[in-house]
Amino acid sequence: MPTEPDSRASRGSWATPGVRYAVRRTGSAILTLAFVVLFNFFLFRMLPGDPVKLYTRGRNVDPEQVRKLSAALNKPIGEQFLEYLRNPFAANVDSVKYSQPVWSIIGERVWPTLLLVGLATLIATVVGVWLGIRSAWKRGQRFDRVSTNITLVLYSMPEFWLGMILLIVFSVGVFGLPGLFPTGGLSTPGIDTSSLRGWLDVAWHLFLPVTTLAIVYLAEYSLVMRASLIDEMGQDYLQTARAKGLMDKLVRRRHAVPNAMLPTMTLIFLNLGFVVGGAITIEYVFSLPGLGGLTVDALSGPDVPLLQALFLLFSAAVIVANLIADLLYARLDPRVRT
Amino acid sequence: MTAIDDATANPLDGEHPTPRAIARARRRVSRRAFVRAFARNRSGMIGLGVLVAFALLALFAPLLFPAAMLDVTKAEGMPYQPPSWAFPLGTDVSGRSVLALVVWGARVSLLVGLAATVLSMTIGTTFGIVSGHYRGVLGGVLDRLTDWFLVIPFLPLAIVLATVLGASLLNIVIVIGVTSWPATARLIRAQTLSVEGRPYLERSKALGAGNLHQMARHVLPNVMPLVLANTTLAVSISILSETTLSFLGLGDPSSVSWGTILEGAFQSGAVSQGAWWYIGPPGLCVVLVVLAFNLMGRSIEEILDPRADNN
Repeated sequence: MPTEPDSRASRGSWATPGVRYAVRRTGSAILTLAFVVLFNFFLFRMLPGDPVKLYTRGRNVDPEQVRKLSAALNKPIGEQFLEYLRNPFAANVDSVKYSQPVWSIIGERVWPTLLLVGLATLIATVVGVWLGIRSAWKRGQRFDRVSTNITLVLYSMPEFWLGMILLIVFSVGVFGLPGLFPTGGLSTPGIDTSSLRGWLDVAWHLFLPVTTLAIVYLAEYSLVMRASLIDEMGQDYLQTARAKGLMDKLVRRRHAVPNAMLPTMTLIFLNLGFVVGGAITIEYVFSLPGLGGLTVDALSGPDVPLLQALFLLFSAAVIVANLIADLLYARLDPRVRT
Repeated sequence: MTAIDDATANPLDGEHPTPRAIARARRRVSRRAFVRAFARNRSGMIGLGVLVAFALLALFAPLLFPAAMLDVTKAEGMPYQPPSWAFPLGTDVSGRSVLALVVWGARVSLLVGLAATVLSMTIGTTFGIVSGHYRGVLGGVLDRLTDWFLVIPFLPLAIVLATVLGASLLNIVIVIGVTSWPATARLIRAQTLSVEGRPYLERSKALGAGNLHQMARHVLPNVMPLVLANTTLAVSISILSETTLSFLGLGDPSSVSWGTILEGAFQSGAVSQGAWWYIGPPGLCVVLVVLAFNLMGRSIEEILDPRADNN
């Protein structure tokens, strides 16, 4: 990606250090993906014994589902492996529970999750970074003490519990409070989601789940931003900037914050794996028709082909996000392109 | 060298100290300094206090509430009773006292959290030291493996593993342990690399120390403080993970933990009943314990941070 000529460039090589770095990082991401593809296959088949009995023990499973599960798992392992390699995402393999190809079920469910994770990450980033900057700049003062204590508590919270509490308070209503928000789902049944009213309806439904996820993650981002800015504040160049007579606000905005942002930005991308985890429980609590809710659905059964495809999809998404983070980081901070 | 002289002056008066005694005395002194610094740290002590309270509660749970109170068939109250004198935290869906459930839940939640952390720290520390010590093929392979496991999203992996292994307390411990080691391994490897560059390791190699001796006697004691700080933070992650997995129905259905209480509450529709007394307390306990471990971990990090003097 960084293709501009680099002054320290090419020790007689075919490309600038930036390009070489990008190629190396992409290569290693592909290798990681290959590992996950293999791991995913053996993960579901690592225990000895009859896999169908193993997965259905102690559960009440419909005989039709058992038949499908054994059709998928009782073939010779070599044959299964070849089939899997040809088609790792199980594109047209039938799901055990839904009698539909896995890929088409997943396709229907992608958007709610993207919307939830995207919005929550956006809000958590903006609010968290802002809180972190203010805390660090007013370190030790009341704002910092209050904000750090609150974020530490939020950081220690299971997100699904916060979701249930918000549901009770704002949707069900306790102590005479009226229910302000819907108790679940993505939209009111029967509403046309392409109209303006439909959009507003979706926003109304997503308000609580997005808020829950954002609150838990903004706590972490704010703590990291604060630590990173405090580290940066001890640097000499800030002293220089102040000595030049720059206003405090400008020193902060132009000099300290951009440098302190780097570690926070990487964390936000690296954290996507955890946000995906958060989406699983949050979608379950708020009955959102996304991939997270689908994962919990696939657990009871269990729907092995679906679970396998979901695991691969989540991992691939995180690997790609990490790659983007690395490339962005190299773009913003030339020191890492070595 | 004065530190060593000071350290050996008192405990080994007049005797001729062996090298091992010197090392032991030095460690004793630094341990004492650490305890003193920790006792002065307010948030660390608050965390410790909360933890001791919960540990006592967990320990004496059978004396406070007889085990029979957890039996659904012997439930004394009506379903979903709000808090009253008889049931300070109300009752659950089958009429059991939520207070008794929460106190008993502390046992499993703390136990699983600690056991999973020990497992994950053991794997992570071993991987970290070995991959930092053997710089060749073995180190490279372990390093790669750590990298790979580091990017796999935690909850999906834990869910899949728990499904494959089946629901039991031991399996939950294993699932959390084997999914949360890579971050530790990364950290310990970096520290190992810096220890390996120090002269005394070269000296010990020159004296003929084997790989095992170098790792166990020289590297491990030097990475231990870092392991300790990381352990306190890791326990909080383990307890959160146990709660999440149990909430999704992957915990041991026959044991009571804060996660399984929340699962039962959610499954039985406590949310739409507005039964805040049923959902609130177990989650609040999780928050308190996790916060306590986080506060302690942060304090330990602060004390061990060599740059801490400039605060």
